[in-house]
Amino acid sequence: MADSTLPIGSAIDLTPPGEVYGTWLDVVQDWVTTVDHKKLGIMYMVYALIFLLVAGVEALLIRIQLAVPHNDFLSPEVFNRLFTMHGTTMVFLMGMPLIIGFANYLVPLMVGARDMSFPRLNAFSFWMTALGGLMLYYSFIGGVGLQGAGSAPDVTWWAYAPLTERAFSRGHSTDYWALSLIVSGFGTIGAAVNIIATTLCMRCKGMTLFRMPLLVWLYLVVSGMILVTISPLTAAQIMLVIDRYLGGHFFDSQAGGAPIVWMHFFWVFGHPEVYVLVLPAFAIANEVIPVFSRKAIFGYPAMVAASAGIGLISLSVWAHHMFTVGMTSAQNAFFVLSTSLVGVPTGIKIFNWIATMWGGKIRFATPMLFCVAFLGQFLFAGLTGIMLSVAPWDWQLHNSYFVVAHFHYVLVGAIVFCFLAGFYFWYPKITGKMYNERLGKWSFWLFFIGFHMTFDFMHIPGLLGMPRSIYTYEPGRGWDGWNMIVSIGAMIQGIGTLVFAYNLVYSYFKGPDAGPDPWDAWTLEWTTTSPPPEYNFATAPVVSSRRPLWDLKHPEDPDSRYE
Amino acid sequence: MSRRWRQRKGPRRIAGAAAYAFLLLLSCVGHAAWAVPTDTIVYQTPSIFGPHSGPAHMIYNLSLFVIQITGTIFIVVGSLLVYVLVRFRQRDPNDDSEPPQIYGSTQIELAWTVIPVLIVVVLFLTTARFLFAIQDQKMPPAALDVNGVGHQFWWEFQYPKLGFTTANELHVALSTEHAPMITSLGLLSADVDHSFWVPQLFGKIDMIPNQVNHMWFNPDKAGMYVGQCAQFCGVEHAKMLLRVYVQTPEDFAAWVKNQQQPGVQDPAVAEGRQVFESQACSSCHVVRGTSAHGKFGPDLTHFMSRDTLASGVADNTPANLKLWIKDPDYVKPGSLMPAMQLSDDQIDKVVAYLTTLK
Repeated sequence: MADSTLPIGSAIDLTPPGEVYGTWLDVVQDWVTTVDHKKLGIMYMVYALIFLLVAGVEALLIRIQLAVPHNDFLSPEVFNRLFTMHGTTMVFLMGMPLIIGFANYLVPLMVGARDMSFPRLNAFSFWMTALGGLMLYYSFIGGVGLQGAGSAPDVTWWAYAPLTERAFSRGHSTDYWALSLIVSGFGTIGAAVNIIATTLCMRCKGMTLFRMPLLVWLYLVVSGMILVTISPLTAAQIMLVIDRYLGGHFFDSQAGGAPIVWMHFFWVFGHPEVYVLVLPAFAIANEVIPVFSRKAIFGYPAMVAASAGIGLISLSVWAHHMFTVGMTSAQNAFFVLSTSLVGVPTGIKIFNWIATMWGGKIRFATPMLFCVAFLGQFLFAGLTGIMLSVAPWDWQLHNSYFVVAHFHYVLVGAIVFCFLAGFYFWYPKITGKMYNERLGKWSFWLFFIGFHMTFDFMHIPGLLGMPRSIYTYEPGRGWDGWNMIVSIGAMIQGIGTLVFAYNLVYSYFKGPDAGPDPWDAWTLEWTTTSPPPEYNFATAPVVSSRRPLWDLKHPEDPDSRYE
Repeated sequence: MSRRWRQRKGPRRIAGAAAYAFLLLLSCVGHAAWAVPTDTIVYQTPSIFGPHSGPAHMIYNLSLFVIQITGTIFIVVGSLLVYVLVRFRQRDPNDDSEPPQIYGSTQIELAWTVIPVLIVVVLFLTTARFLFAIQDQKMPPAALDVNGVGHQFWWEFQYPKLGFTTANELHVALSTEHAPMITSLGLLSADVDHSFWVPQLFGKIDMIPNQVNHMWFNPDKAGMYVGQCAQFCGVEHAKMLLRVYVQTPEDFAAWVKNQQQPGVQDPAVAEGRQVFESQACSSCHVVRGTSAHGKFGPDLTHFMSRDTLASGVADNTPANLKLWIKDPDYVKPGSLMPAMQLSDDQIDKVVAYLTTLK
């Protein structure tokens, strides 16, 4: 314990470094050529937020179209492009950059390192991801191969063959889709390699694997999963491009190819992908909930084991997306079992979070509000997931609005809520300014109410037989009123998102200085200035427990005594 | 005795009751039915909680079981969460003291690992029982065989044993206790993936090129059931609507008898027939007994026996038919039927011809 020499206070100058910039070109050059993990992290986050707004607008257009039956606000072609782009954007251009952005910013700080292992690879990964996004959106201009008369992909984000073959998808929109995912996939793999290397090789003195913050542990698991899952996606996209341009017949049913093969490749990526996105959300909850409950995380080893367990089991559940494609009963039964088993480690996590709060002194600041809402919503989403794992019932629920509601409950109710918590939690660290708590509460309540109006009620038309991906529906099916409520809720969520975005911008200019440790937190990133200097730590930190700042603040009762 | 009663009347029962009440509400919607002129009961809302066949009932019963378990978990864990949030909130904002730090407890964590494992085992065994019972059901030789073929954006139904083909409106026989009748569907696709879904009769099964999938049902109530394509298949996926007419054995036999006849040849509409056969209509459509042999579009031999046009998009009236032939894109944008640029006179004649194909 006595050798805990943290660089807090005297070791470094805590006044933020004065930025010396020349012209705006210098600023641009600085950001474009940077290899600093924090700047790249910020760029990832801003990139993700921009695409969150873009895909959010697409979602609102979709909801306007579906508010009433037989609506002709959008043509079928435009609607199909919008929901394809909404799904692809939210997963690949919003979700993935968002999780990688947080990892980029936080992992080196949390393990007490000065940067990622491979700073240049880091920059390369970001710019590949950025190129992928630009390529996908360029399809709006160049999708049919003729300048000015473009069209975006309209084959859904799971893009089942043979709809994507040239016989059914003419022009270049599907090519843009495939190529942009290949390109951004390389970026993602690069980032995963970097995170693994950083966690394994760059930890500061005293930080054993079992003293890493849980966020870092979860990102280690996620990065391993990325390596395993992005590869089949990239392989499938390459096969698709071969089919379309080099006369291949992997998925071309007219020449004896097997559309089912695409489904397996896609979902062996696609389902672990859900966990790739949700584990970082858990990671944020693992940091936020203890700090605002004023207690150490309950059952750290169990949390690590549960995360690794989720990672492993999630690799064997992919075909629960395929209960309707005609697998044998034994195959179906296997995927029922593997899918419902994921509920066990997930349950452990929920119970451990509740146990962390038990006996604490819970402070309901904005980040904690988002995390608390996440707990309830994730519980609900997990249980509807159990319903979907029951194969015979899934024959009914699959591809209905029930499924759409379920996975938005996970993607928005769990992932977006946690990342909003993360944005509010680390905003003072990243910008050096405190966000506006009043606006923060407003954004929470608007988003929370909008979320529940949208996604609670979206389950019901699904139970009443409404399939997904339809641009309009018949009146009198019993779906009308529900869809109107859902659409109104979506608008409220949109307003909540705008309040959040406004808060980020407003507080950057008008917020009070945050200081290095506004939350009285315990992990290493709070020991350095806000924002941290380029080198992060003036002297390399040395730690002797999972909560180095707790030890420093409570020398009479340090954590290291119990670990 | 009273102890047993208390045990049974646990939160699981209450959750079950709540679930039943909710389902009752939903299934009421599902049963909202009214008579149409032909005395057919129309099940307008395809609710999965309004099952009308053996497998749909089994799925429904299984779903009730799962709702009880998941509902109980939600109520127990949700209440725990709310309790913790209220009980352990920070009461005095100026209180800076830290609560006692607790790092974990192996016993408690073991408990909340083992209990979910047990729940998963129960859920899995129950699911497997229903799964095997439905999916591995043997088809009796007397089953009504139908091949359903998905097309962009319509349904083809072949009755191989009965020797005819129809489209978009599937007719099957009612199954009663005394005369059980299983409809056995072989499903595949002619182009891209589709999915056959009539919620009140069965869950959905995908239609995939080069692969025959199987589905069966034994409907227990006569009437008209609605469904639609459930796998995105292109521009008009939303308007690939589906109807299943469940008919009493007598009505079904009469319908079959009519379908087996070749197309009506009425000399009064010979001019219309001539237009139909000399223009490209016949390269996509079949009218049995004539030279129209096209396989790309729906079989029109008994076109007037169908209630709707263009896969359920519009009522099958001469006015709608005229509009449809004149400009299919207006009725169903993105439909693969081309506008044949016929003159108004030719269209009138073709419509007159088609309306005789009863």
